[in-house]
Amino acid sequence: MSFELSYELLVGLLVLTAAAWSVAARDTYSATVGFVSYGLLIAIMWMQLQAFDVALAEVAIGSGLTGLLLLSAAARLRAAEARVTSRPPVMLRIVAALACTAVSVSIAATVLRLPESAPSLAGAAVGALPATGLGNPVNGVLMAFRAFDTLLEKVVLVLSLVGVWSLAPEPGWSGRPRLLHPFADDGVLRFLARTLPPIGLLFGAHLMWNGADEPGGAFQGATVLAAMWLLVLMAGLGEAPRIRERWLRVAVVAGPMTFITVGLAGIGVAGAFLAYPEPHAKSLILFVELPMMLTIALVLALLVAGPPEPTAGP
Amino acid sequence: MTLLAETVAPAAGGGWLVAAIIFPVVALLLAVAGGARFAARVGVLALPAGLAIAVAIADGVAKHGVLGYYVGGWAPPLGIALRADVLSAAMLVTTAIVASGAGLYALHDFGPPREPGGGRQTLGFWVSLLGAWAALNLAFVGRDLFNLYVALELLTFAAVPLVCLDGRAPTLQAALRYLLYALVGSVLYLLGAVLLYGAFGTLDVELLATVVRPEPAAWAAAALMTAGLLAKTALFPLHLWLPPAHAGAPPAASAVLSALVVKGSFFIVLRLWFDALPGLATAMAMQFIGLLGAGAILYGSALALRQSRLKLLVAYSTVAQIGYLFLVFPLAFDASAGRLVAGTALAGGLLQAVSHAFAKAAMFMSAGLVAVALGHDRIEGFGGLARARPVSLLAFALAGVSLVGLPPSGGFAAKWLLLSAAVESGQWWWAVVIVLGGLLTGAYLILVLMRALQEPAAPTASLRPVAAWREAVPLALALLAVLLGLAGLAPFQPGAGTGAVAAAEAFQ
Repeated sequence: MSFELSYELLVGLLVLTAAAWSVAARDTYSATVGFVSYGLLIAIMWMQLQAFDVALAEVAIGSGLTGLLLLSAAARLRAAEARVTSRPPVMLRIVAALACTAVSVSIAATVLRLPESAPSLAGAAVGALPATGLGNPVNGVLMAFRAFDTLLEKVVLVLSLVGVWSLAPEPGWSGRPRLLHPFADDGVLRFLARTLPPIGLLFGAHLMWNGADEPGGAFQGATVLAAMWLLVLMAGLGEAPRIRERWLRVAVVAGPMTFITVGLAGIGVAGAFLAYPEPHAKSLILFVELPMMLTIALVLALLVAGPPEPTAGP
Repeated sequence: MTLLAETVAPAAGGGWLVAAIIFPVVALLLAVAGGARFAARVGVLALPAGLAIAVAIADGVAKHGVLGYYVGGWAPPLGIALRADVLSAAMLVTTAIVASGAGLYALHDFGPPREPGGGRQTLGFWVSLLGAWAALNLAFVGRDLFNLYVALELLTFAAVPLVCLDGRAPTLQAALRYLLYALVGSVLYLLGAVLLYGAFGTLDVELLATVVRPEPAAWAAAALMTAGLLAKTALFPLHLWLPPAHAGAPPAASAVLSALVVKGSFFIVLRLWFDALPGLATAMAMQFIGLLGAGAILYGSALALRQSRLKLLVAYSTVAQIGYLFLVFPLAFDASAGRLVAGTALAGGLLQAVSHAFAKAAMFMSAGLVAVALGHDRIEGFGGLARARPVSLLAFALAGVSLVGLPPSGGFAAKWLLLSAAVESGQWWWAVVIVLGGLLTGAYLILVLMRALQEPAAPTASLRPVAAWREAVPLALALLAVLLGLAGLAPFQPGAGTGAVAAAEAFQ
């Protein structure tokens, strides 16, 4: 057995173990820990498959921010969880298990039967890439060929943020979100929150800027920025802003608004909504990506920070 | 079938399709930036403009037959196409009318906030209404399976906050349950779309129809996507989330959720089976979907009959009325050709979707006004309502006429078309279900009206006042539902080419 194969088998086994752990674990906290490791291992698998953009997104969103969100939820639930003794009925669990098995088996069977050289648009995407001036075909798909999807997904983010905000009680509305940090405070967090952000800011900007030609992009860059901000908030070195602050509201919509403005200008100068005039395509895309990155970073961090809480005083 | 490449010309008015999606999006972004007070104003101004866009598209479709657009100038399979046919146009106009009605009605509950710090519900309502509107418009004109997935996501994240606007614990619980169903639905849909891309290399509906073959990958994808969409549409037995969610939301939100939101995912099921995978339908699969529809009609009506609260009764009635939509699948299946054929059955389904939208929005709004006037919505306490709130009750009754399927309502035309399709195709068992469902619907609505016509148990002086203009909104929508039958029956007259059957034939 070659080293490559045994390595892949090992990662596969670990993925299955982590998945089984997060399903079987009794309390939310342990299940979440399993889920975070599962995400990291899946990212290693994507690396094996040379899908670096997907791996980056999986680490940042699937494991990182989602993990943080779940951990803070688990921290809030801990008190209530101890009192809950009932579990879902056996029949329900059996039905859920059967449904999951059926879905997994049908997908596995189908994927194994797919033709060896599956039809793909990868060639077409690479072929059309020069018109965008970009070097990373993934970014070409996200910002040019399917820019419409990318734009509307950002609107989904804004909608979900307003949805989270609307969970706050009316009297405290427009107050500050209060972040419960799920870890014991041992000074390490404060140290990291003081030292990491400058490096993180640089790395985030690098990911976005570099995304034009290599793996990375606005979304991955934004998650790094969001993580830095959350680190500062969790360490207690800063406060989340009041959600009624005008600058905050404007920043939340700046990304999609810029995208739409550039898109509408495309009707005049390039003949279609979200079309870029050829010589300026790359610079326009980067011009859109900068406010997009800020919006995404802000929204992701605020989603993790949760609904605003009633505050005393104005 | 006309190929998109021939029909997409920038001059053909395809830009309206982009406008139908981007305009509400811009309005909602402005609302978020400007805050609650501003949101209510932007929302109200957006209503007539959105209606005008929908009418412009309908006009373009009437002139050219179909409108198309390549977003970013990139043609499929690399890019994303938008396209409006007669079915899209009908749903766009319906959505614009119902959303405008809900917005007007909501001005009382979700107008500009009086205190500077408040406005949580106002902002939540208008942002969600505009978001749902954009999402529905995209669902009606999207021609790319992943783009339609984005439409579903937009719709979910706009609709769920509508359920728990008032912030009470039971509505939060209902919203959470809705969210879980909707997210599982999204995941299943996405898995199916990925399988289709892996097997056939495209996500474009038109291109997919030309390359898809009946093989395991296509079957698995169709099954996963349909299951996901059925969970979002709340088709029996995946309806469990609907009654508490639709009954607990504020009336204007219930109207949008029950009349429109569930139609978005239904419309994508239609697109999937009629347009993207036309050769994949089998008699057994179509009978199975029809069976779920029949289950919805009978179970939903039976439960509506047992409800003691009006809003829950109306919500269970939605469970039942959704069932009729899915009878289209067995009725439109041509066994000899082995495929779905657009015709009478599809026309009936479209009319059912449109007339139910008007009728159900009217019903939830009038039920809301009744609850405001009485301070409760327990049906046993409705005595004297007919004398005290005649306009609201009239709107409720007229909407009921369409739900039961009495002539000349839109509901009558829809059920008549479905019945004719059942007779034409020799599937009498569906005709039995349709008739039985109509009887049960009549029964639960008559029980409400009889209560309201009784003498009051206590004097009615304690009724709270309701502004006349608020009663006018559901009345207008109910009248539309009733009068729709006249338009829907137009294709039976010689020479009329704009009716529903013609619309359905243009679908493929």
